Amino acid sequence: MSAPNKSYDPVEVEALKPEEVERARDEAIAAFAAATGLDELKQAKVAHTGDRSALSLANREIGALPPQAKAAAGKLIGQARGAVNQALAKRQAELEAERDARVLVEEAVDVTLPFDRAPRGARHPLTTLAERIEDTFVAMGYEVAEGPEVEAEWLNFDALNLGPDHPARSMQDTFFVAAPDGSPDSGVVLRTQTSPVQIRTMLDREPPIYAICPGRVYRTDELDATHTPVFRQVEGIAVDEGITFADLKGTIEQLVSKLIGDELELRWRPSYFPFTEPSAEVDLQCFVCRGASVGNPDRPCRTCSSEGWIELGGCGVVNPRVLIASGVDPNRYSGFAFGLGLERILMNRHNVADMRDMVEGDVRFTLPFGMEI
Amino acid sequence: MRVPLSWLREYVDLPAGETGRDVAERLIRAGLEVETVEQLGGDLKGPLVVGQVLSIEELTGFKKPIRHCWVNVGDANGTGEPQEIVCGARNFAVGDKVVVVLPGAVLPGPFPIAARQTYGHTSAGMICSARELGMGDDHDGIIVLPPEFEPGTDAIELLQLVDEVLDIAVTPDRGYCLSMRGVAREAAAAYGLPLADPALLDVPPANSYGYLVKVADPVGCDRFVARTVTGIDPAAQSPIWLQRRLQKMHVRPISLTVDITNYVMLEVGQPLHAYDRNRVDGPLQVRRASEGEQLTTLDGVKRKLSADDLLICDNSGPIGLAGVMGGASTEILDAVTDPETGEVTGSTEVIIEAAHFDPVAVARSAKRHKLPSEASKRFERGVDPEASRAAAQRAVDLLVLIAGGTAEAGVTDIAAPRPMRTITIAADLPDRVAGTEYGRETVTRRLQEVGCAVSGSDVLEVTPPTWRLDLTDPNDLVEEVIRLEGYDNVPARMPTVPPGRGLTEAQRMHRRVGVALAAAGYVEVNNYPFLGDAAFDALGLAADDERRRTVKLVNPLNDEEPALRTTLLPGLLATLRRNVGRGNTDLAIFEAGLVFRPKPEPVVAPRPAVDRRPTAEELAALDAALPDQPRRIAVALAGERQPAGWWGAGAPSGWADAVEAARTVARAAGVELEVRQDQHAPWHPGRCAALYAAGTDRLVGHAGELHPRVVKALHLPERTSAMELDLDLLSADGARTVEGPAVSGFPVATQDVALIVDRDVPAARVELALREGAGELLEAIRLFDVFEGEQVGAGKKSLAYALRFRATDRTLTADEASTARAAAVASAEARTGAVLRGA
Ligand SMILES: [Zn+2]
Repeated sequence: MSAPNKSYDPVEVEALKPEEVERARDEAIAAFAAATGLDELKQAKVAHTGDRSALSLANREIGALPPQAKAAAGKLIGQARGAVNQALAKRQAELEAERDARVLVEEAVDVTLPFDRAPRGARHPLTTLAERIEDTFVAMGYEVAEGPEVEAEWLNFDALNLGPDHPARSMQDTFFVAAPDGSPDSGVVLRTQTSPVQIRTMLDREPPIYAICPGRVYRTDELDATHTPVFRQVEGIAVDEGITFADLKGTIEQLVSKLIGDELELRWRPSYFPFTEPSAEVDLQCFVCRGASVGNPDRPCRTCSSEGWIELGGCGVVNPRVLIASGVDPNRYSGFAFGLGLERILMNRHNVADMRDMVEGDVRFTLPFGMEI
Repeated sequence: MRVPLSWLREYVDLPAGETGRDVAERLIRAGLEVETVEQLGGDLKGPLVVGQVLSIEELTGFKKPIRHCWVNVGDANGTGEPQEIVCGARNFAVGDKVVVVLPGAVLPGPFPIAARQTYGHTSAGMICSARELGMGDDHDGIIVLPPEFEPGTDAIELLQLVDEVLDIAVTPDRGYCLSMRGVAREAAAAYGLPLADPALLDVPPANSYGYLVKVADPVGCDRFVARTVTGIDPAAQSPIWLQRRLQKMHVRPISLTVDITNYVMLEVGQPLHAYDRNRVDGPLQVRRASEGEQLTTLDGVKRKLSADDLLICDNSGPIGLAGVMGGASTEILDAVTDPETGEVTGSTEVIIEAAHFDPVAVARSAKRHKLPSEASKRFERGVDPEASRAAAQRAVDLLVLIAGGTAEAGVTDIAAPRPMRTITIAADLPDRVAGTEYGRETVTRRLQEVGCAVSGSDVLEVTPPTWRLDLTDPNDLVEEVIRLEGYDNVPARMPTVPPGRGLTEAQRMHRRVGVALAAAGYVEVNNYPFLGDAAFDALGLAADDERRRTVKLVNPLNDEEPALRTTLLPGLLATLRRNVGRGNTDLAIFEAGLVFRPKPEPVVAPRPAVDRRPTAEELAALDAALPDQPRRIAVALAGERQPAGWWGAGAPSGWADAVEAARTVARAAGVELEVRQDQHAPWHPGRCAALYAAGTDRLVGHAGELHPRVVKALHLPERTSAMELDLDLLSADGARTVEGPAVSGFPVATQDVALIVDRDVPAARVELALREGAGELLEAIRLFDVFEGEQVGAGKKSLAYALRFRATDRTLTADEASTARAAAVASAEARTGAVLRGA
């Protein structure tokens, strides 16, 4: 920078001539406009606003001017630099926007590409169906009770009013556990029903008892489309003061309503189970033909064998003899019990044609059921 | 039990338009399990008439003998002229009465009949066989009718060809419904109509000159009625109505006497036995067998008797297994016609036995000799002891009426005293059990309808009928009332359930574990628990492996698999292979379920009395007899755990996934796992992790890659991996309460450290040493690299850890973090022989 000059003629400073300042300003604006990319703009910025740019050099001359001339020159240069910076910022924004648009286009991907890197899993529908039934009853205040699958004959039969010579005992095709000497007299069987859990629950504690007992049970059937030697039951039991057959009906209706819906009719018919008296069998109206196949050979129904009804399960008022064997006072308490076959409910509720699919563990069968049903 | 509707109507005057389905619906709602309603002759259409064979011309020159006949069919053909028919059967003669189907008719099939040319003649109809008319499958020959029917008579009506038959599965409590009499009683009650009881007969009183019977075992036999009929015409045959009814019941007509005993059993439910009196030696005796005695039963089988068997004997020894099957030696003889003289010989004198045997004795004999018979089925379920006299009388009447016999005046009736069965029941008990109001009058009326004698007012004294042996308890009577009033008419209401505790912690944990594995890509399967030694051999278990000690079944489905599983792996691996075989190659499956481990000294379970609660000792003994049944969970993996895709390479499943599955389970159960190197069949000896509940020495399972030999033996995909955990052991410490951590807002200081250790030093030990050395400033530690190679030296490996330090109350200085890191390294050096890499 030149030293202040007391006898100074501003006209002699070439760089501060207005036409020179304007030219430098216009050259800068033109150079910014001409820049096609951010790099070119950066070069233009250095050339036209940097320390060696014409306007910067001119600005430096102002210090050497006489005081009376400084203001005018300062204003002249300031306006020019303002215009240049404005043009630069504008062009900078334009070019950045252009670049951003181009880059985002380049980075675009096909988001419809399949992504199955994480393997899918599922729970078995019989498990989740049991849980759904459990939850229905837990919501009513029931507890879930469990027991062993290898069970004492006394609990599986005798305590349930099925004495050694009871005809119903031979009806149930029981797997007998061998005694240490190999004989069948171990007094132990694979439970044929989940009813022994009811006995255990009653032996365990005082009424009121409201319990649901899900579990695997065993009968010596060969596996086919409608039978499996290992299957699942859910039994329920209520023992309290004043429990009646009407309570049983209401409870079963509630379950069916929650599980299957309200559209299908129920049929109650007397039946026989040694552990309940009175006993009943509950049939659900066939969900496929709704009874239209009955006596109508032109429209046979495979689901209900043209009977119009599907067996849902057995139930009844707990036989007082069972209460006595379980240590419950039949003069004070009464109860009801019911049992449902889960495989059949799954078949009906989800239109599964062949029970073998529930047994064989083919992942293609189970996967669609997901985590809950 | 089959029930022809036409027969049922004989005892109950059902409304005329009532169909088999209508009746079935009523009976179902009354508690009889009607399984089918069969339409007999549903598509049958006449004319089907009686014809008389006028002439037979034997045609020759064909492959089989053919007859060209002229048959008188009366006016049934519209002309009254004889009908020309060609017939292939030969069991009829000129003059015989036969069944003729005329053109325009339709036989069951449906099989329309038209006149046609055959064997050079016109055949205008057919002479029919029983099979063609749908009367039964056992007879191919044509039907020859008794001579009394006029030609032209409608044979559809005559042969009762159109009918409906209900088939009822009789539950064990309703033995009386194994008879027309019992079903008719139910139908009468269901329709509110009177019953014409076929057992209401005039029976002469017992006297001293009937056939001599000695009952040595009045417990086994509390009633024995014997009647004798002589002068039976051996040539007499069962009339059409009798044969037809038997056929509809699926009982094959055999001979008149046998048919009558069968018929009476079906009618009143009392099994009868007929002896040829001339073949019986001396008095009939009822006694138990002596060990070693033998009896040849009617089916020709020689049976060794045991001391429990209840027998009918004569002086020669056993002649019948009481209530089960008669003996061959005193059997009614088949009628035999002498070809020379035409004389018919056979049994002419019979003793009819109508006895009542102990249900348990009969059931055991039938079971022991594998001889379930129509008689034993009824005795087991309970036969009306008061029906014996009537049943015997009915058989005698029929033998006199149809067989031309003469009833002898002697009536044997031995009856052990029978206590009166009376049940005391509060009149409002049905109301209280049902939860509705019937009132005493309804209760009394319904009980009377089923045959009970009822007296009393607020408390009723009820004497059940002799045929209802199932009615023993007050609740049995309650059921009778409720079912006859209709189950559908019982109101529905909800009990007031006290607040519940919800699921137990264990139940919630079992659900969480399943959800966690499914979320991690595992598919749940359920396998049968049956297995055999082959499964253990395939797993390579040592001969003394504890898992080979199994609970065994007496009657397994498959003799190769007589035992219950002690591990979930055999079933799980079989399912894995099945899936691979079906083309599902990338697999991750799991199963949760019980395994069965015998107690060291198995004991026999007691059978406490049932008239009281078992004692604490009895309950303990019951549980002591059961095997341990812990709940396990297992996974198996094969193929790719992550598939290759457009994102890059896939990842094969392996030992680490199996261990991770165990951690997933443990995490869901709220338990930390500690992993230790192990060697345990069926796992790869170098790739097997023993899993411990952290902070304990409790082994809870194993995980890793399976032994290559196991993979080969079970035909599994290479590198199949598996894990099995005992959920009961895993969660044995119970749920822990988590304390909320104080989350520090001060910055983290991260320090990396690479250590060189011997190759066989477990990473878990190094990490533990670092943790303990680093002290409480250590927030987290993570192994981010494992390296083996020249740079670290032979038999060595490098483990690189990222350590994160943070204090809860200040920003750590670089010195503090470095000091903690140095302490961690020093601890690893001291405990694992680690050397700081690059040091
Ligand atoms: Zn249907």
